Amino acid sequence: MERLETGDLVRYVNGGTALTGTYIAERDGMAVVKLESGYNIGTSLEKIEFVERPARQPAAGAGVVVQDPDLPELAIISTGGTIASRVDYRTGAVMSQFSASDILRAIPELGDIARYRDRQIASILSENMQPALWRELARAIYDEIRAGVAGVIVTHGTDTMAYSAAAVRFMLKTPVPVVFVGSQRSADRPSSDNAMNALCSAAVAAGDLGEVVVVMHATTNDDRCAVHRATRVRKMHTSRRDAFQSTGMEPLGYVDYPSLSVTLSDEAVRRGTEEPELRDNLEERCALVHFYPGMPPAVLDAFEGYAGLVISGTGLGHVATDWIPRLREMIEDGTAVVMTSQCLHGRVCDRVYNTGRDLLSAGVIEGEDMLPEAALVKLMWVLGNEPDPERARVLMQTDLAGEIRRRSI
Amino acid sequence: MMDYEKLGLKAGIEIHQQLDTAEKLFCRCPTTLRDASERTGEFHRYLRATESELGEIDRAAREEMKLVRKFRYYTYDTVCLVEHDEEPPAPMNPEALEICLTIAKMLEMTPVEQVHTMRKLVIDGSNTSGFQRTALVALSGALPGGCRVETICLEEEAAQRVEDETFSLDRLGIPLIEITTAPCMHTPEAVQEVAGHIGMVLRSTGRVKRGLGTIRQDINVSIADGARVEIKGVQDLDLIAEVVRREAERQTNLLAIRDELRERGARVDHTVVDVTALFAGTASSILKKAKAILAVRLCGFAGLVGRVIQPGRRLGSEMSDYAKKCGVGGIFHTDELPAYGVTAEEVARLREFVGAAEEDCVAIVAATRQRAGCAAEQVMIRAEMAISGVPEETRKMLEEGSTAYMRPLPGAARMYPETDVFEVAIGDALWESIAVPELLTGRAERFVREFGLDEGLARQVAFSERLALFEKAVSAGVRPTLAARTLLGTCRELARDGVDVARVSEEEILALLSAVEAGRAAKEAIPDLLAELARTAGGAGTPGERVDAAIETMGPAVSQADVEEIVRRIVAEREAFAREKGMGALGPLMGVVMQELRGSVDGKVISETLRRELQRLLS
Repeated sequence: MERLETGDLVRYVNGGTALTGTYIAERDGMAVVKLESGYNIGTSLEKIEFVERPARQPAAGAGVVVQDPDLPELAIISTGGTIASRVDYRTGAVMSQFSASDILRAIPELGDIARYRDRQIASILSENMQPALWRELARAIYDEIRAGVAGVIVTHGTDTMAYSAAAVRFMLKTPVPVVFVGSQRSADRPSSDNAMNALCSAAVAAGDLGEVVVVMHATTNDDRCAVHRATRVRKMHTSRRDAFQSTGMEPLGYVDYPSLSVTLSDEAVRRGTEEPELRDNLEERCALVHFYPGMPPAVLDAFEGYAGLVISGTGLGHVATDWIPRLREMIEDGTAVVMTSQCLHGRVCDRVYNTGRDLLSAGVIEGEDMLPEAALVKLMWVLGNEPDPERARVLMQTDLAGEIRRRSI
Repeated sequence: MMDYEKLGLKAGIEIHQQLDTAEKLFCRCPTTLRDASERTGEFHRYLRATESELGEIDRAAREEMKLVRKFRYYTYDTVCLVEHDEEPPAPMNPEALEICLTIAKMLEMTPVEQVHTMRKLVIDGSNTSGFQRTALVALSGALPGGCRVETICLEEEAAQRVEDETFSLDRLGIPLIEITTAPCMHTPEAVQEVAGHIGMVLRSTGRVKRGLGTIRQDINVSIADGARVEIKGVQDLDLIAEVVRREAERQTNLLAIRDELRERGARVDHTVVDVTALFAGTASSILKKAKAILAVRLCGFAGLVGRVIQPGRRLGSEMSDYAKKCGVGGIFHTDELPAYGVTAEEVARLREFVGAAEEDCVAIVAATRQRAGCAAEQVMIRAEMAISGVPEETRKMLEEGSTAYMRPLPGAARMYPETDVFEVAIGDALWESIAVPELLTGRAERFVREFGLDEGLARQVAFSERLALFEKAVSAGVRPTLAARTLLGTCRELARDGVDVARVSEEEILALLSAVEAGRAAKEAIPDLLAELARTAGGAGTPGERVDAAIETMGPAVSQADVEEIVRRIVAEREAFAREKGMGALGPLMGVVMQELRGSVDGKVISETLRRELQRLLS
């Protein structure tokens, strides 16, 4: 028998019945066959036999979608988050779509908002994101802004989207909206949140905003998206559509669906407020440590020689007393140590309890009300751009990109 | 009487049966149905068809897309994020798979080695995800009469439609099996028999849900030269043969219409004519409020659009069903006009305006311009199908067994793998461990043989929902006849008299029957005791304690000594009567004693005591 290839017609014989089907793949010694009814089954290889290899169908004539030249131009930069996908029902494969034409074919209403140019800088799962890619992303966005686009949409996997958005926010000053968007339910399903999120993000990107934001479902309903500030947003649920939440502040605005009307709060930075500027140095020798009761201070040895360390401490910003001598040593050796809270909500205050006061005297920087992740990327950026430790300490406690709130509400 | 062999009737069925599992198929929610008024919240979503490789939306899905619809969902405290399509599915429920395999084994099927869960595109709103999860479990089974079962699939039940675009999530995800037969039945009666047989096999497991809506049959019917039509959701077994008969009739009539249309050289004029102005002063309330009225000329169709093709259905009804997909209420056509407030004069003007000849039929649709345009298009599509013959369709059953168009038959290409669920291997050990339960028919025969029940009662017990309780009672030492009569006769009679017997728990019934067998209560007292238990349902105490309390309330326990004393007193009081009648006094005196004891003592005990006392007196 010939070696089977995906798409081959095969005969499947089981319990006296013979059925025809399409060979899909071999997995763990079993063949996956798609029967004519559309069902896949797994079978041992000896129960199938090759019938014929159908002529390869040419790839679907995916023509270029004509766009309206009178509409503003937006750039869609993809990193691997799937905004559109296509299912091959013959083999059951789901393919992500990245080109503007493919996306417009999947979500035609996008064509009523703007015209689009596409740029793919990566095709990765967002857990595989790297600071080096954040920098590449910031540069790509900056280039698009300089090229004159009215706004930028970044499609991104949701797992680490908040890190990337915050990182871009620190590296980039932008006069136009830079909108991060993703989907929580895969784009192949009719119920996916991809289309609504994409449409809302395009409405924001073509709108009045002038900062980096995340636009995702505001509720479990398909009724509106929330516009979150890049440095204050966090994925707060593993799977729900409204997983992204602003912390310590209300969202900057909302987009109603399906009307796509955008409302922005007074706090949202408006289009044209900033001049484009890119400062993309990052000190990558920075880490984030989540403290737990009984965590041995020896863990810190792994970060020997690091330029910066953010601690996600307990409550008001604490770690066990037996950590303090080791932290003091690290700080004396030049590591900047920033304290944040695993409570996520609220401000760090190391002046209330003795442990906190000891941490301060050891040189730990209170991270105010910064989210631990935002504090990490900020620390990378601050240490990448400010060599003086004292000035870096001041910057870490200064609001640079909306990451610190003066007042807690 | 139709000659179905000559017609070339071919029919197959798909039976959908809910399984009675503790949890749903892909989440850990209970399989409990709820009342819409118990909902704890609601949310809404839009569904969007996805593109297939060829850039083609599945044709059934495309049909649904004709209406831009927003779906609303009711949620409950027995529903979780999986039904909300807000969480990936849990692994396939092993209990459901085991029941499915049991049924497969009963039907002599061969399981697949590895079960793959698929996503089947369904965008009518009944699945929050836009697809139904379904898996092929076994192939090729046997049925009596030589017919074959093709496949058995395990799938999730859809959400229940509350109204229009509102669905209730309690039912979504209940395990459902789908049994598909080959198109191997050739008479309406054969279809009904096969459906009945499969239903009996399913109930024999004792692990399927019972009651209205828990089993649904889809019937596939075609005749020679006709087309395959799938009729959805036939819930009533007794209607199956009638549905098949009516579909054969419909296809026969559509073929006759086809032949006549061809003979007349009929065609569809593709110009849609705006006739809104013609009806400016109309008395028809429907036409009056419409923003646009559009007309379609069906050349050579006169008289045929109004022809009956099935009881209560005309060719015009079919066109109307197609038009309704655009959100219009229906159509008017000149075969049925003047009517509905449209005058003969308006019809004449309409015919003249669109240039209709005498042999032409004119159909009109009234709605917003966009909807009317869409509906006019649909009328033309259906009219052209009439010239080609019988369209392949999915249809829904109406009352009495006629059907209406739902959507085109779904294409095969609407499934892709559910990547969030691992494959499940069905190894030899698992398959061999599956025990095959006794068929209900076999059980009925055994009840006759072993318990001496008469055939009718035996069958009634075997097929009843109380079967498990009956078997439990018998194995606890209750006489089979007593158990059967109580569970089927007494309970039903009490229910008919307005007693809420359903509130009496199975454990209480069991305790009651045991009390009777132990002589602590008379079998004559069973109806009163059940009524008492129903009246106090939900009260404190174990089932045994509650039964004792009921016996106490209804008539305190009477000892054999008490019975003898009462019998002696009553016989003494009526000594003259007894001496006159001799043993013939037994009957009349029995009534007197029974009344005094109000059913708290078994009649047999009384009659024996009474007989002894009479014999003593007369000797």
